[in-house]
Amino acid sequence: MEYLLIFISAIFVNNIVLTQFLGICPFLGVSKKISTSLGMGAAVIFVITLATIVTWLIQHYLLNPFNLGFLQTIAFILVIAALVQMVEIILKKISTSLYAALGVFLPLITTNCCVLGVAILVIQKDFGLLEGAMYALSNGCGFTLALVVFAGIREQLALADVPKGMQGVPIALVTAGILALAFMGFAGLV
Amino acid sequence: MNWNNLTKGFFRENPILVLLLGCCPTLATTTSAINGLSMGLATTFVLVLSNMSISLLKNFIPNKVHIPCYIVVIASFVTVLQLLMQAYIPAIYETLGLFIPLIVVNCIVLGRAEAYACKNSVGASAVDGISMGLGYSMALTILGSIREILGSGSIFGWKFIEGDAILVFVLAPGAFIALGFLIAIMNKLLKKAK
Repeated sequence: MEYLLIFISAIFVNNIVLTQFLGICPFLGVSKKISTSLGMGAAVIFVITLATIVTWLIQHYLLNPFNLGFLQTIAFILVIAALVQMVEIILKKISTSLYAALGVFLPLITTNCCVLGVAILVIQKDFGLLEGAMYALSNGCGFTLALVVFAGIREQLALADVPKGMQGVPIALVTAGILALAFMGFAGLV
Repeated sequence: MNWNNLTKGFFRENPILVLLLGCCPTLATTTSAINGLSMGLATTFVLVLSNMSISLLKNFIPNKVHIPCYIVVIASFVTVLQLLMQAYIPAIYETLGLFIPLIVVNCIVLGRAEAYACKNSVGASAVDGISMGLGYSMALTILGSIREILGSGSIFGWKFIEGDAILVFVLAPGAFIALGFLIAIMNKLLKKAK
């Protein structure tokens, strides 16, 4: 039950993109087509879960016992960068089809702030390992949901007659605002 | 020193309004003018120092691993900033919260290192950092002021409307909408300048 609550609240109530503003760059950058946004979403779910588990272990078994808490930022970003590189190499060897689907998105994820953001949030919220992993997985799903919904809207928007000054990024941002407004309807659900 | 280099960040190459770099903190921390300004200045601090040290180190960093090296340099300065803010301005550190460590993954900092600091002298890189950082701070302060005026009827904490204003502008949706319109206005101004 507790895990279900984490899941629902991370996806709908506190959506990572639309209410916490993490991962806006890929949200605006790779949301022009539904198919690419699905690929990006899958890559993020994968990396965010893995990165959170590894950074949790590092925080609790390396940084905390040796009083190195102030090194958190440096340690986490290095771990994430190395992890992304490793996942890329392993995927290339094991599954070429999965690599072809996710490959182009993997390097982009290092600088996606939702990965580092969730890793730090899990530590700040004092989650256990399993809860943390669940929280990361749910946030990855929430990111994917927002990305895919937004891509669907933008595909339609490309055909719409938008005033000249608002074309491109401005109308995309206003659309995202309206989407965020819709997500506010979930507030109080959990 | 080049005058152009100092002014480019404010208008022509404004990192957020024209280049669209560093969106996340822009949207998240601009609930009021003060918050926007402090986030901008925090980013400027990291940007100037990382630009200078990367420019100094550019001949020693092997090309193959330059991105991880840059990230370590940036992360070190972010840690310095975190410790300084915790010690001297804990109230602001609390409000900005998560977005201080997230300066590491702010695309502006890595972007300037990659596009400018690794090719230019220390002085020029410092000026570039100051220009980009202050341009970013300016954009954040403007956006923060707009949201504060519309959302809570005050400016820099000075309240001029009693009671509630259009609360949605302080909340998440207002951030997206306000930034969208701000960029539309900026596009218009840039076109006129040409």
